[in-house]
Amino acid sequence: MTPLLQVENLAKYYGARIGCTDVSFDLYPGEVMGIVGESGSGKSTLLNCLAGHLRPDQGAVRFATRSDGLRDTVTMSEPERRMLGRTDWAFVHQHARDGLRMNVSAGGNVGERLMAVNARHYGDIREQAIDWLGRVEITQDRIDDRPTAFSGGMQQRLQIARNLVTGPRLVFMDEPTGGLDVSVQARLLDLLRGLVRDMGLSAIIVTHDLAVVRLLADRLMVMKDGHVVETGLTDQVLDDPQHGYTQLLVSSVLQV
Amino acid sequence: MISVENVSKSFTLHNQGSTVIPVMAGASLQVAAGECVALVGASGAGKSTLMRMIYGNYLTASGRIMVGDTDVASAAPREVIALRRRTLGYVSQFLRVVPRVPTIDVVAEPLLLTGTGADEARAQAATLLARLNIPERLWGLSPTTFSGGEQQRVNIARGFAFAYPALLLDEPTASLDPTNRATVLAMVQEAKARGAAIIGIFHDHAAREALCDRQVDVTGFTPGLAA
Repeated sequence: MTPLLQVENLAKYYGARIGCTDVSFDLYPGEVMGIVGESGSGKSTLLNCLAGHLRPDQGAVRFATRSDGLRDTVTMSEPERRMLGRTDWAFVHQHARDGLRMNVSAGGNVGERLMAVNARHYGDIREQAIDWLGRVEITQDRIDDRPTAFSGGMQQRLQIARNLVTGPRLVFMDEPTGGLDVSVQARLLDLLRGLVRDMGLSAIIVTHDLAVVRLLADRLMVMKDGHVVETGLTDQVLDDPQHGYTQLLVSSVLQV
Repeated sequence: MISVENVSKSFTLHNQGSTVIPVMAGASLQVAAGECVALVGASGAGKSTLMRMIYGNYLTASGRIMVGDTDVASAAPREVIALRRRTLGYVSQFLRVVPRVPTIDVVAEPLLLTGTGADEARAQAATLLARLNIPERLWGLSPTTFSGGEQQRVNIARGFAFAYPALLLDEPTASLDPTNRATVLAMVQEAKARGAAIIGIFHDHAAREALCDRQVDVTGFTPGLAA
């Protein structure tokens, strides 16, 4: 099996400071990888470099495109990268308002992604929008409401529907459950697990919540000060952490 | 089916003076298809540690752990995931689930992951739950609020939903009443009969006598304790 994403020796510097450095990994189709670490450890920098939002200073990010096999997304042209961002990739922001158009209806938010890949038939677009809103448990009578009229949890689910409607193969998520209350978080976790399972998605999830990665991620990468200090199977890293920092992280979790 | 060859492990506690605790050395054991082997030894001797090493959630320092064609001790994460999906089942002592997911879906999940259709998976889950005496009115509820015994039975139902060729059982009969205990014993017998290789930890002496073909005393693998 060939990897869906191949990251080699990636580095990003902010002047003299390290954003992230020396990152290499392969992600295979259907795999979910979690990236954990404290604030400032470089996990969001890494995610943004992978998703093409930031230009890395060094290294390669190769993505298995449908037509040409593995292509380095760092050196490909801007239009090609944007096309990937609209089709095979999806990016779920921590704050739903960063990923939604707040002045466009819920249906319009979902439909816009479809129109970006040349869907033109209004009836079809609306039908698909209704289908996806249903999958993320937003009832059909809310389709013409704007996201500003939605709760935080609903906005996050709408953002997920908007991102997944084009059938992406790789989803980047930045703290997808951060800032939501725990009952909403649980529902979102179940939704994400079902979508990953049913659509065969690959995903990279940045979070600082170890409970979230235990339930969602197959694999885990632990970052500290811009470096990857440990990688492995999620339950192995959490149950038998090898690096001192991971041991500290795991033993610092408060028990409920 | 399962072959543990000269395996060792130690824990290093970096935040507690870098204490190194050797917990296992020279561990070897073989389990054939259709065989059930009990791990015995006092508390702390390393029964659960060895089981977790076989499942891959503890790292192995040296040696080989073959389950089918996969060496868990050296396999990449995705190989271990594939192994757990279709080959190696594990019934732990604790149920770990996404909150608010209905019990029946918790039990059906291993089937969905292996490609069984949603309706068929739920039907099989229902059969298992009924057999383990979980009242039908509870199936639509999340198991997080269930009693200890009920949670354990949900865990067992989930662990037996897919017919894994290799099974790890960590105290499957603890905290069960006599009726349910008998059901679980029968389920383990059936798994043996269909050819599953089973490694179990049973403090329940009678259960061990009834199910297991052999015993392996892990005390012999514990550095500093070996006679």
